[in-house]
Formats: sequence, structure tokens, C-alpha cells
Amino acid sequence: MTVHGGVGQSIKRKEDARFVRGKGNYVDDVKLPGMLYLDIVRSPYAHARIRSINIEKALKVPGVLAVIRGKDLEAANLAWMPTLMSDKQMVLPVERVMYQSQEVAAVVADSRYAAADGVVAVEVDYEPLPVVVDPMKALEPGAPILRPDRKEQTNRIWHWEVGDREGTDKALKESDVVVKENLYIPRIHVSSIETCGCVASFDAMGKLTVWMTTQAPHAIRTVFALVAGLPEQKIRIISPDIGGGFGGKVPVYPGYVLAVVAALKTGHPVKWIEDRSENIQADSFARDYHISAEIGATRDGKLTALRVKTIADHGYTDAAANPSKFPAGLFHIVTGSYPFEKAHVEVDGVYTNKPPGGIAYRCSFRVTEAAFTIERIVDSLARKLGMDPAEFRMKNFIPPEAFPFKSALGWEYDSGNYQGALRKAMDIVDYDALRKEQAEKRKRGELMGIGISSFTEIVGAGPSHTFDILGLKMFDSCEIRIHPTGKAIARFGTKSQGQGHETTYAQILAEELGISSEDIAIEEGDTDTAPYGLGTYASRSTPTAGAAASIAARKIRDKAQKIAAHLLEVSPDDLEWKDHKFQVKGVPDKAKTMAEIAFAAYTNHPPGMEAGLEAVDYYDPPNLTYPFGSYICVVDIDKETGEVKIRRFVAVDDCGTIINPMIVEGQIHGGLTMGLAPALLEEIHYDENGNMLGGSFMDYLLPTAVETPKWETAKTTTPSPHHPIGAKGVGESATVGAPAAIVNAVVDALAHLGVTHIDIPITPWKVWKILHEKRAA
Amino acid sequence: MIPPRFEYFAPSSIDEAVQILDRFGGEAKVLAGGQSLLPVMKLRLAEPRALVDINRIPDLAHIREDAKSLRIGATTRTNDLNDSELIHARYPILSDAAYEIADPLVRNMGTVGGNVSHGDPANDLPACMLALGAHFVVRSPTGTRTIPAKEFYQDTFVTALESNELLLEIQIPKARPGQGNAYVKLEKRIGDFPIVGVAANLVLTTKGTIESAGLALTAVGPTALKATEAERHLVGKAPEDDAFQRAAELAQEITSPVSDLRGPAEYKRAMVRVLALRALHRASARAHGGA
Repeated sequence: MTVHGGVGQSIKRKEDARFVRGKGNYVDDVKLPGMLYLDIVRSPYAHARIRSINIEKALKVPGVLAVIRGKDLEAANLAWMPTLMSDKQMVLPVERVMYQSQEVAAVVADSRYAAADGVVAVEVDYEPLPVVVDPMKALEPGAPILRPDRKEQTNRIWHWEVGDREGTDKALKESDVVVKENLYIPRIHVSSIETCGCVASFDAMGKLTVWMTTQAPHAIRTVFALVAGLPEQKIRIISPDIGGGFGGKVPVYPGYVLAVVAALKTGHPVKWIEDRSENIQADSFARDYHISAEIGATRDGKLTALRVKTIADHGYTDAAANPSKFPAGLFHIVTGSYPFEKAHVEVDGVYTNKPPGGIAYRCSFRVTEAAFTIERIVDSLARKLGMDPAEFRMKNFIPPEAFPFKSALGWEYDSGNYQGALRKAMDIVDYDALRKEQAEKRKRGELMGIGISSFTEIVGAGPSHTFDILGLKMFDSCEIRIHPTGKAIARFGTKSQGQGHETTYAQILAEELGISSEDIAIEEGDTDTAPYGLGTYASRSTPTAGAAASIAARKIRDKAQKIAAHLLEVSPDDLEWKDHKFQVKGVPDKAKTMAEIAFAAYTNHPPGMEAGLEAVDYYDPPNLTYPFGSYICVVDIDKETGEVKIRRFVAVDDCGTIINPMIVEGQIHGGLTMGLAPALLEEIHYDENGNMLGGSFMDYLLPTAVETPKWETAKTTTPSPHHPIGAKGVGESATVGAPAAIVNAVVDALAHLGVTHIDIPITPWKVWKILHEKRAA
Repeated sequence: MIPPRFEYFAPSSIDEAVQILDRFGGEAKVLAGGQSLLPVMKLRLAEPRALVDINRIPDLAHIREDAKSLRIGATTRTNDLNDSELIHARYPILSDAAYEIADPLVRNMGTVGGNVSHGDPANDLPACMLALGAHFVVRSPTGTRTIPAKEFYQDTFVTALESNELLLEIQIPKARPGQGNAYVKLEKRIGDFPIVGVAANLVLTTKGTIESAGLALTAVGPTALKATEAERHLVGKAPEDDAFQRAAELAQEITSPVSDLRGPAEYKRAMVRVLALRALHRASARAHGGA
């Protein structure tokens, strides 16, 4: 017997009832009596000394009440704040600006219009300084030192490496075939539909409430307590409905701090909401990895070793959002779906005059960079060996029986069946027929390509022995209360930004408790009411808080069993949980539902037992989870214009046990589109003076429905052996896996011309230039 | 993204509108669909003292054909070109272009008059107007005059329109038997400004040779460009690939594209040829009764 809205059912999303009717409650919907508005003066220069900031005219603009400068903050020791990566970041500059669009001063006024007029009236005198845009040049001797405040007088922030350097060198030297590619994964922006912002308000007792666009409200509360010195019980962070995060709402931006300072200074609630250009120009970027990868194989096509070197452009400070011990995130998942015996990865973080960031854009900390690298270079190697890329992968995959599998760089993959996923994708797309078609077309001079990406993800950070952020262990939590009438409320330490937690968490609980998911309210995002947790990013909610839901529900079941035994006048051991209720073993009609048990918990609980029916669990995952998939992309290329058209895209995903197939499919559609975007369209450009080109949606082009092919999705199911319900998380798989499939398809279409790689985004003119030169040659 | 203060007028007649424009002596801007003006005001790149909203003036929005001309009122919405059977059947170049301008939301607000008179070399309709040999009817406090499209576009965002003049109507020579036209646009993404756009209009004689030709280019110069040499080359020739190839080369020669986020100059120049050929072939097919 199934329970309504249990695990595996494609029920409609509960939250959509308000979202599709425009009834969501976002930060910008918060309006408080006497609320003021904050707007920000931003630097036109990428690197400049501030000679002076004159605020006299601004203060005379009608409606302007205050202007905050760096030196005002310095007096309160708030001009700088720590980043998550043990670096420091300016709230407002006292001496120098370090990137274009950096915050320079904040204007507080009684309306948005007055604040904007005040911003224009602030007079800043800048002395331009030499600009460092290229991270390679930043590392050259004699480059201007961008951060003289550090002890190390270099633009190298850190060097990080993992693996067996000598062993890898030796294995590559002894390999019959070695292929090397330089891959640049450009700076891109998450561009969630809601920009960042907050409303900060102090009450009469000095308690601060901040409605904030954050993916991690609890961690933010603790950071505020540590940085601002406010007692933590006097801080309440509320994440209301959030319009997309994708990693961009993990960091603490200066605007948040300025709104709090402004609220303190004026005694009024203060709202700060970015506009779109500010969001693109100043908020955290993603990617920006300059990668050099070498891979070796034996003559008969068996992989030997992998060496990856990377220069990571972090902007002027390392404000990446990674677990503290991993400056390059989980990039060392770069061995992917293959059992390398030897591998070595090194990454150097570098300062430049660009905005800080390095966030995980819909990927679990640099996993997209890793999956792109391995799936790209494996393709190059197969081509060099004269092998079909599918055949090459099949030959080299970690076999299903090898799980749990310990990778050369130290990860323990929980479960997988890579051959199964690729075989399924090949069957759906009819791979052999496509190869035949391609051969015929090539004879006629037509360009068609087939690209494969068989990625392995690593999500669900993470086990407390290795994963923390600022010392906070990366567990997550669930607290359940069952009401006397058998309805329930559950609260979590995570925060949905569109993932559908109100639906999927209720489905897990429905399955575990035998209560319809309709009857379970899910709440997140209010630090005064929800249990502590590290938030939602890195596909971690289902692996951590979803597991906490199961465990907390099972704690409730333990107590419920005793109550049921009391009601049925049997021993608890005589009962079994079957068909979502407690039955006397072998006597199915002697049973108690959770609703009956809940009522008794408040009206007729056994002597000696506490009343009530509630539980809480803080779940520390024993391992990460490793979702995977195989994608096949088919492209046609217009030889005259260089335009790439995606004809088909087949995505076979395996995220373990599926809670809601419809939501999973939606996640994959969105993720694939966000994988298509950087492959073909998106890149944040800077000129040599550090001017950002394309800081609006007029120039930073997001894909639309027209560019998006009909995604053909399918699944295999390989449960995680260590998650209570076998789920792995799926929010990011498609973003991680898609770019390589698209690039591999384009390269495949041009391979007969000697092309082995094209940097993303693959614009029509990059393809045209190749065709033009090959024809000219 | 908040504009500075401005005055707002919503005149109910053409005369009233041009009087206000005259009074502000170049510091007022006409607000029609607002799809170009409002973004630059929000970015404070334009800070007009006053806006003259012409949307309440009667009969400025129309598409009709008389004995000599197709007449399109200045506040006709871009999307109306898509919805008009007359346009689809007899002036498909305009529905080609309209269909690829921005997105439906912009097309529902943006006007034909705004698109042609803004002076943006990346707007799609000016090249169509040049290829079709359109005339623009404009009114000032002193009277009405008619400006040929080929004299209208002077430089980037600079047109023959005086600051106290209002565009009322676009007049396009009435379509004839044997006429075919097309607009072909290459873009990075649907709804984006073009990398390159080419407008072609052909009128064939009863014998099937080219009687007159219009060829104009979008986004490869300071204004939309009329490829006069190419047009001249086509006249008298058979509408076939040989003539089109040469015309496309001649069109290429007048371009001066700049390298930007929509591609390097050499690519844009090469695409002029590719797109001109495609536009001419499509125009020819339509002149022969094809779609």
C-alpha cells in the first residue's frame, strides 16, 4: 500500500501554488514601516587609489539621510570582513579600489529614487593604478603586487596539490600515447532571476532581523555574530522565498553588511536590493580556470595516468565558497569515471583586478571544471588512439563490481554503473546509425558531430572528518513535530531556492511516517525556528537534510511503536511497521495508523513516557554521494556561418533513489540549459584596463527556449549504499556533465580537419575561423 | 537603474506634441514604445528633461495600402508587422525582420517608428527601409516634410530628424507583381542585436530580369548601409547566383564593421557576403512566387 505523496511519486510541487500565481514572498516584497533604501556608489576603475570622497552634495539631495564611507566603517573595525577562505574582503575601501564596480560608498535615503540621485552626487577622486587582468601576467616577476597587506609579497594566493607527482610523471613517461590539452573555462555568472538584497531591522530590544537572499541562513547568523560582535540570540536571519541561488547566494556581500550598518546608524529598517547590472558586475563569479591536462594510455587503449595543472583566477581576494580544507573545491574528482592508477593535480590561486568569487555555480565546488577536463581530454586521447570515444570509455570505465571504489586522488566512490548509463544513452540515440550518417555526410562535405560525456559527480558535503566551513561541520538537520490530529510540521537547516524542498522533504517523511505529504508542512530559512544547518548548495540537501529527515522520522517511529503497543495492549516487539502503520505481526487488522498514535501521544500516552511526538536529527553523512550519467549530444554545423545547432541531446542520469521523478526531470532540464549556456554563449569579458564588457543582459546572453534543444532524458537507478533511502542528489549533475558533451560534439564534427579542442563558449566565429583557415590552407 | 527626474507630457494631438518638443529645444525625447529610450535613461546614459508620450495621439498606429504606398503609422507596434496578413503576403521582408527583433514582450511595446528613427545601426528595420526605398513623413511646428530613407541616416544615433520634429508615418512604394524581398539576420542568440543583417528587395521585369534592386546592411557601419553599387550591378541582370555573388562582394566593400562581443570585424565582413547571397536568393524565390 502506498502513502499519498510518498517517495517515487511525481506529485506536483506544493510551492508552485504560490509561485505561479505571483504570490511568493521574496526579500524585495518585505516592506516595513519607516523603511529606508540603500544604494551603492561603485568604482569606474579596476584599480585606483581613492584620493577623496566628497559627500557634501549627496547629503543635500532631497531625501538623502546618510552616506557611509570606508573610513566610517574603519572606526568600527568593519571596513574589512573575512572571506570563507581565510582571506579578507573590503566592505568599503579606505585606500584603494580593486575591481570595476567595487562598492565605494553607500547612500541611505527615504526612497529608491532619492538614493539613486544621491549616488550620482557623491564625488570620488580616483588616481588610477596599473591594472592586472591576466592571471598569467599576475604571476610574472615585476607584476604589481595587488595585495601588499599580505605577508607574502606575490599575487599567488596559494598552491595546492594532491596525488602522486613522481608516480604520475613516471607513468606518463612510460605511456605509449600521451595527449595534452590546454582548456580555459571562462568566468561566468549564475544570473539567478532574483538579484541579491536584504532588509535589516533592529527592534526596540536591539535584536537584529535580516531578511536576506541567502542559501545558508544559519551560517550567516554565526558569521554576523563573530564579525559584528552581536550576541547570536539577538540575530535572526530569514531567507524568505529565494529566486534561484546556484551558489551565488552563499557569500556575504558588502551590501548586506552596509544595510545592517545603515539600520544601526539611522535607527530605521534599511532595504538594499541590487539591480541586474550590479549583480552581474560585482557579485561572485564562477569558473575562470586555466587548465592544462595530460593523459596517458597504453597502445591498446588502457588509461595510465592523469596530470592536471591549473591557474585559478580569483579576483582581488579569495572569496570562494568552498569547504575550508579545499581551496580548489573538489576539483580532484577530475579522474572522473576511470580507474587511473596514478594522478596528480595542482592548482595555483591568483589575484587579479577582478571581482572576487570562485563560487560553485550549480556544481559541488569545482566539479564542473573537473568533469569538463576529464571528459574533454579522454575524447582527445581516444581520437589519438584511433578509437571510437564510446568504445574507449566502455573499455576504461570503473566496472560496476569495483564499487565502493577508491580513486587515485583519494575519494571513495559509493556506487556506480557507468557502462549501463552509456549503453542506455547509446541505445536511445541510436549511436551506430549516427556514426554511419556522419560518415556519409562527411563524404558530402557536411559537418555533423556526436559528443559523449560520461561524468561522475561528487555531492552531499559532507562528512565532518573533512568538511567544514569556518570550522562549522557540514552536517544538516531535520526537526519533526507530529500534531495531535496526525498532521505534522518539519523544519530543516537547508534553504530551497527553487529545488522543491517543500515537496520532496514531505515525500520522504510521508514514506517514513505513513502521513500524506499533503499533511506535512515544511519550513526552512528562519534561524529563530529551524534547526541549525549549513544550507543548500553543492547538491547537499537530499544527501544531508534528506537523510536527517529519514533518521528523525525513524526516531519518531521508535516512540510511535511503543505507543501503538500500549494502545493495542501488546509488546512493542509484537508489532511490525507494514503498509505505513504498526500491525500486530500476522494480524493485519490489529493495527494503528500514525494519526491514531499521534492522538494518543497527546491524550493517552503510556505511563512513564513523555507526552508528544517529535524528533530531531543532525545528520553527519558517512561519505559523499557520487551521482553520474552519460550524455550524448548531436550537432550540425553551418559551414558558411559557423553556427552550431544542437540536433539532439540525450541525457541518462543516475542519482540513486528518486524521490519525485518530475522534480528530477525539471532539475535535469534546468541543469542542461545551464550547461549549454557556457558551452555556446556565456562569458564575462574584461578589457586590458579591467573594464567588464557585457555587464548586462543586453550583452551577457543567457540561452532562451529557442536555443534549448528538446532534452531527451532517461535514467538508471543505482542507489547510494550509505544514504538512508539510497538517494544521491541531482541538482547539479546536468550542469556538470553537459558542457563536455557539447564541445566534444563540435570537435567531433571538425576532427577530420585536425581540430582537437575549441575553448568555450563556442561562438560561430570561432568555428568559422577554423573552417576559413583550413580551407585557405 | 533608476532615471533622474524628468517632466512627462501626454499630448493628444500631433501639433501639441511638436509644440512641446519645440519648447524644450532638444532636451525633450519622444516616448513611443520606450524599448530603447527607457533602458538608456535607467542607465543614466540619456537624461532628457522631458518625455513626450505620443501613445495617446489618435491614428498614429496603422498599416494600410493606398494606390501608391504601404503606409505604416509611427506608433505601430513591431508585433503588428508579424500579425498583419498584408505584410506577410506582400512585404515579407518586414515580417522577416519583425519576427527577429528582440522578444515578444519588446515587440508588443516597441514601435516601428521608434525602430527606424532611433538611428541605431544595429536596429533591423532601417536596412529594410533602405532596401524598400521608404520615405518618412515628419512634422514640425512649421509644417510637414518627407525624408527619403537614404537621406535619413547620417551617423550613429544621428538622423535627419530635427529635435522639434515628430515622425508620423513611413511610406513604402506599393508592392508590384514580380517583386520579392527578404531580411536575413545572423545573431548569437534569438532576440539579440544582429551580428549582421541583410535586407534585399528585387523587382523583376516580365521577362524575368532585374528591373530594380534594393540591398542594405545592418550592424556593419555607423548607420544601416545602402549598398548602392551592388544594387546598380544587379539591375538588368538575371536573378541568379552569378549576379548575386558579385553584388554580395560589392556590398561587402562598403562595410566597416567593428570587433565586439558579437564577433570580430573579419567575421562580420565575411558574413555580409554569406547573408547577402541568402537574402538575394530568398528575395528572388519570393519574386517568383515562392515563400
